[in-house]
This record gives sequence, structure tokens and C-alpha cells, in this order.
Amino acid sequence: MAGKTLYDKLWDDHLVKQRDDGSALIYIDRQLLHEVTSPQAFEGLRLANRKPWRIDANLATPDHNVPTTDRDKGIDGIVDPVSRIQVETLDKNCDEFGILEFKIKDQRQGIVHVIGPEQGATLPGMTIVCGDSHTSTHGAFGCLAHGIGTSEVEHVLATQCLVQKKMKNMLVKVNGQLGKGVTGKDVVLAVIGKIGTAGGNGHAIEFGGEAIQNLSMEGRMTICNMAIEAGARVGMVAVDGTTIDYVKGRPFSPEGETWDAAVKYWRTLHSDTDAVFDKVVELDGEAILPQVSWGTSPEMVADITGNVPDPEKEQDPIKREGIERALKYMGLQPNQAITDIKLDRVFIGSCTNSRIEDLREAAGVVKGRKVAAGLKQAMVVPGSGLVKAQAEAEGLDKIFIEAGLEWRDPGCSMCLAMNADKLGQGEHCASTSNRNFEGRQGFGGRTHLVSPAMAAAAAVTGHFVDVRELLN
Amino acid sequence: MRAFTQHKGLVAPMDRSNVDTDMIIPKQFLKSIKRTGFGPNLFDELRYLDEGKPDQDSSKRPLNPDFVLNQPRYEGASVLLARSNFGCGSSREHAPWALDDYGFRVVIAPSFADIFYNNCFKNGLLPIVLEEKNVDKLFQEAEAAEGYQLTVDLVGKTVTTPSGESFGFDVDDFRRHCLLNGLDDIGVTLEDAGQIKSYEDQRRKTAPWLFGSAE
Repeated sequence: MAGKTLYDKLWDDHLVKQRDDGSALIYIDRQLLHEVTSPQAFEGLRLANRKPWRIDANLATPDHNVPTTDRDKGIDGIVDPVSRIQVETLDKNCDEFGILEFKIKDQRQGIVHVIGPEQGATLPGMTIVCGDSHTSTHGAFGCLAHGIGTSEVEHVLATQCLVQKKMKNMLVKVNGQLGKGVTGKDVVLAVIGKIGTAGGNGHAIEFGGEAIQNLSMEGRMTICNMAIEAGARVGMVAVDGTTIDYVKGRPFSPEGETWDAAVKYWRTLHSDTDAVFDKVVELDGEAILPQVSWGTSPEMVADITGNVPDPEKEQDPIKREGIERALKYMGLQPNQAITDIKLDRVFIGSCTNSRIEDLREAAGVVKGRKVAAGLKQAMVVPGSGLVKAQAEAEGLDKIFIEAGLEWRDPGCSMCLAMNADKLGQGEHCASTSNRNFEGRQGFGGRTHLVSPAMAAAAAVTGHFVDVRELLN
Repeated sequence: MRAFTQHKGLVAPMDRSNVDTDMIIPKQFLKSIKRTGFGPNLFDELRYLDEGKPDQDSSKRPLNPDFVLNQPRYEGASVLLARSNFGCGSSREHAPWALDDYGFRVVIAPSFADIFYNNCFKNGLLPIVLEEKNVDKLFQEAEAAEGYQLTVDLVGKTVTTPSGESFGFDVDDFRRHCLLNGLDDIGVTLEDAGQIKSYEDQRRKTAPWLFGSAE
């Protein structure tokens, strides 16, 4: 019999019941909650007169709607009354059911996918869900983690389980070493460019290979975060010393003998050498260059040294139409050099790239430089209050501010523009977020997905530039 | 949940692949704390020429005449014909809520994004995967004949055209069972509460770190 994949192991360890019809009950160790996708779930519980199954499995924080300025005002700082009601509703629901919530003024507040790992609420081997597709982020810790809809949020609150059908196994192997200035973000954009936004549909992706093993936890989180942009609900990386070092000493992490027992188990969380995957994709890490998205889908990416594609050269009529539509929306010309794309705004933040390492990389590029004159705005939004404090302790805030970037309070911010931070119509933005869909960052806004280092380079030049030229 | 057994309805063909959930229901409408009322903002940025805002009377907004749902012949459509990877992007259940609220009961496409596909079943909305060549054929027929209707039968798992041609489709037994009977799947899961409890008790012993809380 062939060995097990990491996904097989996580599935087997959480299987409560296999039903005859092929569905299964899977136990959920942790649910993360935020204000946008939970109100209807709590309301459903109340209407059915049900109670949460296990209160301590849940952790909540407001992130999508929170303003990134004037945090000391708390909820009063939310100008939009509809946003405010949503945040207040989360507070009320968590208070009513006794769920731990990092409220808007708590220093531990932040983007759910940043605070889970930061608190050690994300531990290796867990099943983790959240009403947010970027829950795949937590797979970086060898977790089975994925986004769910609001009905399933309610289902997990009420039963601590999900009804699931097992997915297929897919391995994305990135061989060799990454070049200077090439980050986890560039790797995952290159992967999505290769396999497409539906390439991972129906699969749980494990990212492996030397280039992945050499990445920090932050880099791995960035990669798993965007597995969903390749169509896979789940992205994972095997547990190793890097994972265990990261987890140690965090507020929710075990200690003493429990820690030792946990580590012993965590060390088994990798695919067996004879495990069989349904699909394998390999990439040469050395060949990956800094990436920039030019279109309106995360698969529409190019190397920084490349050009915007020419739809005339595309044979497939549906793809050709897709390229034409994207170029029209983005206001770009076929064959235009990526480095000729001029920018209006720069956004460094989001659950993809707002962790301390991301901010260090960006600060390293802008240090001693100034934001380009033509830019309307360049903002840095740390992923949590603790990331913000850490960055300030390292003096990164001063580097950003001196260079002319805005230093904001934590939240999802301009990644999806549910709060006040958004793009104007037709504006081009170099963004470290995860989706370049039409209107994502604001009505008519034009998003280009890049790494924090590339966004920082764009901020100081006003257009895309190969960050490797700015690194010493 | 509303049960689904059979449905016959007017087809609207949306000829575009990778329709994402931001497109189905833009983020400014996710601030609602209800499950209903999203219909007027379904496909908001494609449907209207101006920028949509919450709590606005959408009946007074300028319509995009080129958008399929704004063409009089598709008024009252309840079957959405779509292209591959429909519903990609975010996990927002507001997307099926908006489709449902608008009046759609069925979405047919060559493929769906996983989370969206799953969310549909929780709301009595049936997503159907058909082979690309059959979807192509339905697009041609729906565009050619005004008033084109399809009959969808979840019992027999078939989609039937006005000429009587029938296409079979697959659907998980559990999802089909819940949909046919309009079951609340939390209630179904809670029938196994004893098994969940014993799994949990076992895990408390073998993996106690999963049950800890913050210091």
C-alpha cells in the first residue's frame, strides 16, 4: 500500500464518521470568526435555539470593515453606519455566546489570518476554518485549513464538524533556490500563472521542494494564502523545524510535557516518501522572476522583464476574449512593457503580505528613498496590532514615514475596500494583496498584484521596476 | 431549507468564464447582517452604469443595456447558463444569496469553484456541471430561441431542452438527499452527536494541546 500524503494524514486524524454515501463528518479544531460572514450564522443559531458546541474552539476579531486611522476612537472611528453595525454585531454575538474576541481597540486585533498564527491559535495538525477563502493561509503550519460559507460557519458553531467529501491530492514542487529579490509572493503568482485559477479545483495542494523548505513561515503563509487563487481551497506545507520554532512560546501554544508530545506528533506531519499524488506540478525556483499581474485574474501575470500579452497571439477564442476584456478594463496596450505601467497608488498589506517580514522587505527597499512625485498615495497597513508594535520597535515605521508612505492601523483595508481605503476609478495600484478582480479595490480600480519588495520599488519610482536593480 | 425536486424556467446565458464572487455581489453589499435583499445588487458592476451603494433604490439607477439580464427577453430568468470556473474567489455566501434573491434556482456551467458550489446547496440553489460541449450547445440554443426554457429534474438528475434532448448530471448523494428533502443539515449532523462527543473525548486524551486556551 502506498504511503499517505500530508492531506491524507490530516483527514484521517479528523474523521469522525464516514458515511455510506461518500460524505464524511470532519472534526474542526479551530474556527476563526470575523464581522462579515458571521452575523447570519449567529442569527441562525438563535432562530434554531442552538448553542455553540465548543466555545473555546472559536476566536474572533473584526478586520474587514475597520478603519486604518484613528484607532484610538474605537468603534466611533467607523464613519460608515452600515460597517459600524456589522462590527457592533460581532461584539454583541461574541459577548452573548462567550466567544473570545480581540475587539477593535485590543492590540491583538488584526486580520484573522495574521492573528491566528501570531497567537499560536493556529497549531500544526489542526483543522481550521473561517468564513473567508484565505483561510488556506494556515496550511503553512501543516494544517488542514479552508474557507467556508456562512451556513457552514453556523454548522461548525453548532456541531464542531463539517460535512466533507475528500479532495484529491496535488503536489506543487518548487525545486532549487530562489534568486535575490524573489519572494513567496512571486512563487505563488508564478504557480497560478502556470496552472491557472481553476488549476487546483477539487484538490488540496501541498507545496514542497527545496525552495519552499527554505522559506520562512511568513513566506509559506503567503504561498498557502493564495492557493485559493489557483482554485484549491486548501494549501499546505509539511511541518519542519521552521514551523516548530515559529509556534514555540506563543500564547495558545502548549508548554512542558504537552509541548513535547505535540512536537513528537507534529514531526509526523509530512507526506510519506512513497505517497501518491493525483497531480504533480514542478517549477524551477531559479527561473522564477519577480512577478506582476497585468489583468483582472490572478493567473494573468508576467515577469517584471516581460510584456503585457497580445490577444492576437492567443488561439483559444474564450481566452482571447478574456485578455481583450482585461486589457480594456486595465487600460493597457498589447505588448506594453510591464515596467512602463505607471501607478497612482501603492498598497502594502492584506492577509497575504502584512506580516513583519513583509514590512521588513518593503522597508529595506524604501530606506533612504522617497515616494515618487506622481503617486497619489502609498500606504502600509500592518496585519495586526502586534505586527505594528514590532515594526515600530524595529524603527520600520520611521523608514516608511520618512520615505513618504502612510503608516496605518491594522485591518484588511484596501485589499477589498470594505472600509474607507479604496481606489478611484481608473487608478492603477501596485498591491501586495491577493485579488485583481474588476472593482475589487474600488469601483473601476486597477489592481496589480506584486510582492512587498516590488510594491516598495514601485512606490519610489512611480512605475513598475525590477526590484533587484534597487537591492544592494 | 427550501426543497428542490424539479424546476422549469427561462434560461439567461452569461457568456463569460471565471465569473468571480466579487462580480456576483460586490463587497459594499456584504455589510448587511441579513441573508436576504441582495437580488437588486446581483452582478451590480455589470448590470448598472453607476457605482452601486448600499441602501440605494436600484430601480432608479441607469442600466447597462449590453448586460444579458437587462435584455427584456431574459426578464424572469431562473436558470443561469454560465462558463467555466463560475463563482471563483471569495467564500462569501452572499453570492448564492444574491442569485437566489434575484430569482435563480439553477446555475449550469462546465465547472464551478469549490466553495461557491458548496454554498449553493445550502440555499436550495442547484449548481449543475455539464460537459463543455453540451454547455456550448445550450448557449447556442438559448441565444437562438427567445423564451428558451430548460427543465431540471433532481430526482432523475437530468436537464431537458425544449426539443426533448436530455443531459444527465452528477451530484453527491448526500447533497441531493438534503436538497430533495429540504433538510437542515445541522439537524442531520446532530443525529451523530454521540459520535462527535466520543471522538472529542478521545482527542482530549491523545492531543490535549488542541483544547488549550491562551495564557
